[in-house]
Amino acid sequence: MSYLTITDLQKHYENYHALRGINLSISEGEFVVFVGPSGCGKSTLLRTIAGLESSTGGSIELDGRDITEVASSKRDLAMVFQSYALYPHMTVADNLSFALRLAKVSDAEIKEKVRSVSASLQLDALLERKPKELSGGQRQRVAIGRAIVRQPKVFLFDEPLSNLDAALRVQMRLELARLHKKLGTTMIYVTHDQVEAMTLADRVVILNAGQIEQVGTPLELYRQPNSRFVAEFIGTPKMNLIPANRILRNEDTLSIDIFGQQISFPANRLKGPLPDSVVIGIRPEHMSLVETDGDLTGRIELVEHLGSEAYAHLQLSSDQTIIIKAPARTELKDGQEVCIKIDTSELILFNENDRVISVIPEEA
Amino acid sequence: MTLNQQRKLKTILTGLFAWSVALVLFFPIFWMFITSFKTELQAISVPPSLFFEPTLDNFRIVQERSDYIHHAWNSVVTSFGSTIIALIIAIPAAYSMAFFPGKRTKDILLWMLSTKMLPAVGVLVPIYILCRNYGLLDSKTALVIIFTLMNLPIIVWMLFSYFKDLPKEILEAARMDGATPWDEVVKVVLPLSVGAISSTALLSIVLCWNEAFWSLNLTASDAAPLTAMIASYSSPEGLFWAKLSAASTLACAPIVIFGWFCQKQLVQGLTFGAVK
Repeated sequence: MSYLTITDLQKHYENYHALRGINLSISEGEFVVFVGPSGCGKSTLLRTIAGLESSTGGSIELDGRDITEVASSKRDLAMVFQSYALYPHMTVADNLSFALRLAKVSDAEIKEKVRSVSASLQLDALLERKPKELSGGQRQRVAIGRAIVRQPKVFLFDEPLSNLDAALRVQMRLELARLHKKLGTTMIYVTHDQVEAMTLADRVVILNAGQIEQVGTPLELYRQPNSRFVAEFIGTPKMNLIPANRILRNEDTLSIDIFGQQISFPANRLKGPLPDSVVIGIRPEHMSLVETDGDLTGRIELVEHLGSEAYAHLQLSSDQTIIIKAPARTELKDGQEVCIKIDTSELILFNENDRVISVIPEEA
Repeated sequence: MTLNQQRKLKTILTGLFAWSVALVLFFPIFWMFITSFKTELQAISVPPSLFFEPTLDNFRIVQERSDYIHHAWNSVVTSFGSTIIALIIAIPAAYSMAFFPGKRTKDILLWMLSTKMLPAVGVLVPIYILCRNYGLLDSKTALVIIFTLMNLPIIVWMLFSYFKDLPKEILEAARMDGATPWDEVVKVVLPLSVGAISSTALLSIVLCWNEAFWSLNLTASDAAPLTAMIASYSSPEGLFWAKLSAASTLACAPIVIFGWFCQKQLVQGLTFGAVK
């Protein structure tokens, strides 16, 4: 049963079409992340759900009620802003209880709720402070606490971690994941960071130019992107994309020519007709270095050691480099000629319109 | 000269310059102040006497002849009254223009300011006739209305430029927390703008206190504020410098004392937007 249903949502600005027909349903308790490059409309979508922007078409339904035209204050949603947006003139305790006081909740109940929320977010000692006396991480926790204390139907997060430093961001990410587990409330989270999207989401919504590019679990998006955009956006380092010169079909296999070297690909994994030209996509971890009998050969340009693993940049031709994951203690040398084997079960083919035309085999 | 010495010299020169400008600006006020303690003869003596036996006669005469307290009360009522009314109108206006700007918001702001470019004397006759027809001549009501309208554009502009700088997200957060527009203004915008509103109010009060054109033309005695009282001392019998000075000193005193206490707000009010 869908809890939040968005139907053909449109948002036009004066001379800009920000949301171009968004259709999405979110179930109760789900953690959904909107992700995409800047300007893709993800924040606009979130703000339209919040009611801070008005839509110019389509509808939003929450828990069986049409909220498209309802004021933000009456939607029963809570939002955490990138800039925290704490009330500077109020103490932490007043910030936390503001919504409850507006809703005319009894003093005793307010006290109890503020106490329990501040305890769970380790804010007990800071209740009497003003926001300017807090660190970034503490402010963020107050902003989250302010949202939790109201027990809203849905939490909306607008890039809540991007003002924090890297270490704190990882820690808060974990806290948010725990929080979702504990509360079980529906959460919608906007970020431009695909790592946050992958680690937090039950489902990821990838937006591009005001449209939904693909919706799926993090692993679905990682393994079965349906466009080149998604394939490139998800995963660090990026998926390798190599244009193929020529493809030949002989019975059950396709023979793909890459810089004069042949890769064979089972023809039954091709959806639709064979286009004239394709781009192949392969992730760095789906290739391995071999002594002999490789699919491709190339020259090592550079090796990046990350400690737990290493990435080798391999030059296939004068203007085509690919990245391949190597064992941590690899002894590859710059300039060395190497052979690589491609795990063809993970190979993805894109047509000239950047759509995926291959399927991933089930068992793998 | 070393860099350090250069810097020191620069500090001394700017200090000297600032002090001389300040003294030049302050001198007339200082002169008015000491003249108010002289006799009429001493006041017009050439060369002016710096050392004399101070007398309070002028102040006594001013109070006897023109009832200082009465005029001061008129000044207080008109300047505070009109400022409060103007704020009540300007706060919602500035709020809506700052947070919900439309296509024509800029034009409206410019149009409001443009009313300040009209010379007041241009509308003197119609306003005088209006006041006469409604029986408002020599009434505090007329002055309060005129002062309110006179300062409204400035107050809206000052509040608008301050509200515009408030982070929008704080208001959005309040909205998400369930705040109605009224809650938003009263519980978030106003507490955050106490400084801006009080400095704006102070400026408006000072402008009203100093207003002479409308006071002189629309009042005679009942509603005459201090500015009109001072003017009555430049009479056909000649100028009485010492008494004029005493009257002026008395007229300035309340606002100077009030301003002294609110110095911080006033400086902030005159410079915000420029410095931030």
